Amino acid sequence: MKSRLGLVIALVVIGAALAVAKPVFLTVPNLINVVRQISINGILAVGVTYVLLTGGVDLSLGSMVALAGVVAASFAHPGEYPVFVPVLLGVLAGAACGGVNGFVVTKGRVAPFIVTLGMMAVARGLALVLSGGKPVSNLSAEFKWIGDGLVPILVLLVVAGASWVFLANLKLGRHLYAVGGNENAARASGINVDAVKLFAYTVCGALAGLAGVVLAARITSGQPNAGAGYELDAIAAVVIGGTSLSGGVGGVGGTILGALLMGVINNGLDLLNVSSYYQAIVKGIIIVGAVWLDRRKEKS
Amino acid sequence: MLQVRNLSKSFPGVRALDNVSLDVVAGSVHALMGENGAGKSTLMRIVSGLDTADAGEIRCSGRVVMIHQELMPFRDLTVAENIFMGQEPTRGIGGWLDKPAMHREAQRLLEHLGMTLSPTRPMRHLSVAQMQTVEIAKALSRRAELLIMDEPTSAISEHEVEALFKIIRDLKARGVAVIYISHKMDEIFRIADTVTVLRDGRHVATHPIGELDEAKLIALMVGRELSVGGPRSVEAAGEVALEARGLTKPGKFYDITFTLRRGEIVGLAGLMGAGRTDVANAIFGMTPADSGEIRVHGRPACIASPRDAIALGIGMVSEDRREFGLVPTMSVKHNLTLASLRGWLLDRRAENRIADEQIRAFAIKTPNRNQSVAHLSGGNQQKVVLAKTLLTEPTILILDEPTCGIDVGAKAEMHTFIRQLARDGKAVLLISSELPELLALSDRLLVMREGVLTAELDPRHATQEEILQHAMPDSGE
Repeated sequence: MKSRLGLVIALVVIGAALAVAKPVFLTVPNLINVVRQISINGILAVGVTYVLLTGGVDLSLGSMVALAGVVAASFAHPGEYPVFVPVLLGVLAGAACGGVNGFVVTKGRVAPFIVTLGMMAVARGLALVLSGGKPVSNLSAEFKWIGDGLVPILVLLVVAGASWVFLANLKLGRHLYAVGGNENAARASGINVDAVKLFAYTVCGALAGLAGVVLAARITSGQPNAGAGYELDAIAAVVIGGTSLSGGVGGVGGTILGALLMGVINNGLDLLNVSSYYQAIVKGIIIVGAVWLDRRKEKS
Repeated sequence: MLQVRNLSKSFPGVRALDNVSLDVVAGSVHALMGENGAGKSTLMRIVSGLDTADAGEIRCSGRVVMIHQELMPFRDLTVAENIFMGQEPTRGIGGWLDKPAMHREAQRLLEHLGMTLSPTRPMRHLSVAQMQTVEIAKALSRRAELLIMDEPTSAISEHEVEALFKIIRDLKARGVAVIYISHKMDEIFRIADTVTVLRDGRHVATHPIGELDEAKLIALMVGRELSVGGPRSVEAAGEVALEARGLTKPGKFYDITFTLRRGEIVGLAGLMGAGRTDVANAIFGMTPADSGEIRVHGRPACIASPRDAIALGIGMVSEDRREFGLVPTMSVKHNLTLASLRGWLLDRRAENRIADEQIRAFAIKTPNRNQSVAHLSGGNQQKVVLAKTLLTEPTILILDEPTCGIDVGAKAEMHTFIRQLARDGKAVLLISSELPELLALSDRLLVMREGVLTAELDPRHATQEEILQHAMPDSGE
């Protein structure tokens, strides 16, 4: 709760500074633009929050985005299937990858870092194989609508809202926190630790799939090379939002704030005409700095 | 050599040391005795600089080295590398290791201790006794003048104890002072010159060994009769709730067979490493046995995980509450309800009500139910774990060292709770290293030694000595 207050203050301060420097920042179209820009990262970040809460990590997000985009686009050509088919298949493709991640992590007792690093390569390869290495374009208008205007923002809001309710009000949500807080004690309390972790990785994969669908709709093609590096932005947003990498602490509220903060800073640097090379440097410093401040607060 | 004056130390909720003084003379062996939680470890941690006191003074005229009960060697490094860890002899600039010097010196130290062991052997191939000797060699290489040994014989054989004592006598002759912590009476009388007894963080007495005998020493340690409200009536025991038949897990325990009745407290005694916790973990499904049968209320039970055990009405309070009892990132409330959440949706109102009820029923000292459980004292944390376990409504309860590391007041409360549980018809298996506690609470007493059940005693007639006789390796038989 306290770390979220710090985030809100940071958001307000940076927002105010930007508003002074560049009045255009505070206009409605620009603010909508900010939120639209974070929608993909936001969906991914919410998904990976589940995994980070259990004390795991998922590095395969970006590749799952590409795979889901290619799969969805392949079924989204005009006049072929109703629009829910490509959406569902995209989400399922992500969920399947996430499920495999979870299965190997729990049954194989392989470190999540390694498992998802492997999936990062496999899912990327699958996306390239399925698409023959070329973008899958010629998509139906209904499908492209998903990436239009306010729709991505709406998707993010629904995903974040549902996850917030889930984590705070369902037994399974509580169990996620318990597993991340102390796996042994969770097990001794009768919690099926493996099932909880499998669930977390599957949800994370499904949401990565959804993000892939939205991205494909927005860029009007399934790109096998899309999403590279997205996992790092998503994990950064979660961690800035106060979720502990060692698990058990955090939540969706912080994640959304973290994603917003990153979006505002990106937008501000764009408005200030900072070159994207320097933007990368600034982003890196902010990620480490935010967590550093957080740790110092924890100690005191 | 060592002068400790009026040392005091408190932890949240526990006064670990209260105005303790201690003098250790060079060239002597000073035994430190007391029940678990008497303050021995805290005192030694402060003396060896691992912890700081709240008040008091320590004067020490030489280097102090402590050899911990649980040795923590670098298993993949060699004997010589372990001995010189952090103080490696080097040559030239850039810190090149002077390996020949290291091996030569290690060889000399080991021979000095009467051990023939190649300095280049990897540590992991050594026996516990050998590792211990390497630790002593390490201490000598640092020119230690005060050696603290915490239960050095808990994991080595009688033959090896003799070798260790020879080394200790040797050190003594060379003017090294040794503080020797042990629960084993016979060892104290064989090796110690002086004995200091601590109880509940206070200094009770210091005597030359010649002035003491076993009975006197035990009287000093126990100090008080543990009164937990009169003798228990064994007739209260009901039908068999739990039956273990031939439970075996090679390397841990063998052919464990016993029954547990409703309304009965069965004590399980044994030294550390005797396999008591392993048996408990097997019954609770944490680490199932490889063979043997468990019957719950007369029916054969297949327990592959704690989940299965809880579903069968078995509850367990683990010895290690930090590792297996609590989720430190969660509040008191969430810890309390963790094992007994039902349905899909959380019912917050019910959760709040249950948490408040438990906080009241167990007199858990916490500002409110949303306090982080990590901030509670040991005794209150233990109450949280017990309450959590009881909320799963078990009929069979395994309590593994339920009073370990908690203060005297909480201990007494815990005893009352345990009694009450049996009166409520629960079958209780009580594991404890505190013999007075076991004798006072149990209806029947089982003793384990090196993975095997060695005796069943009637606590109304058994004595601490008798229990120890059955629990100690290579003794009595």
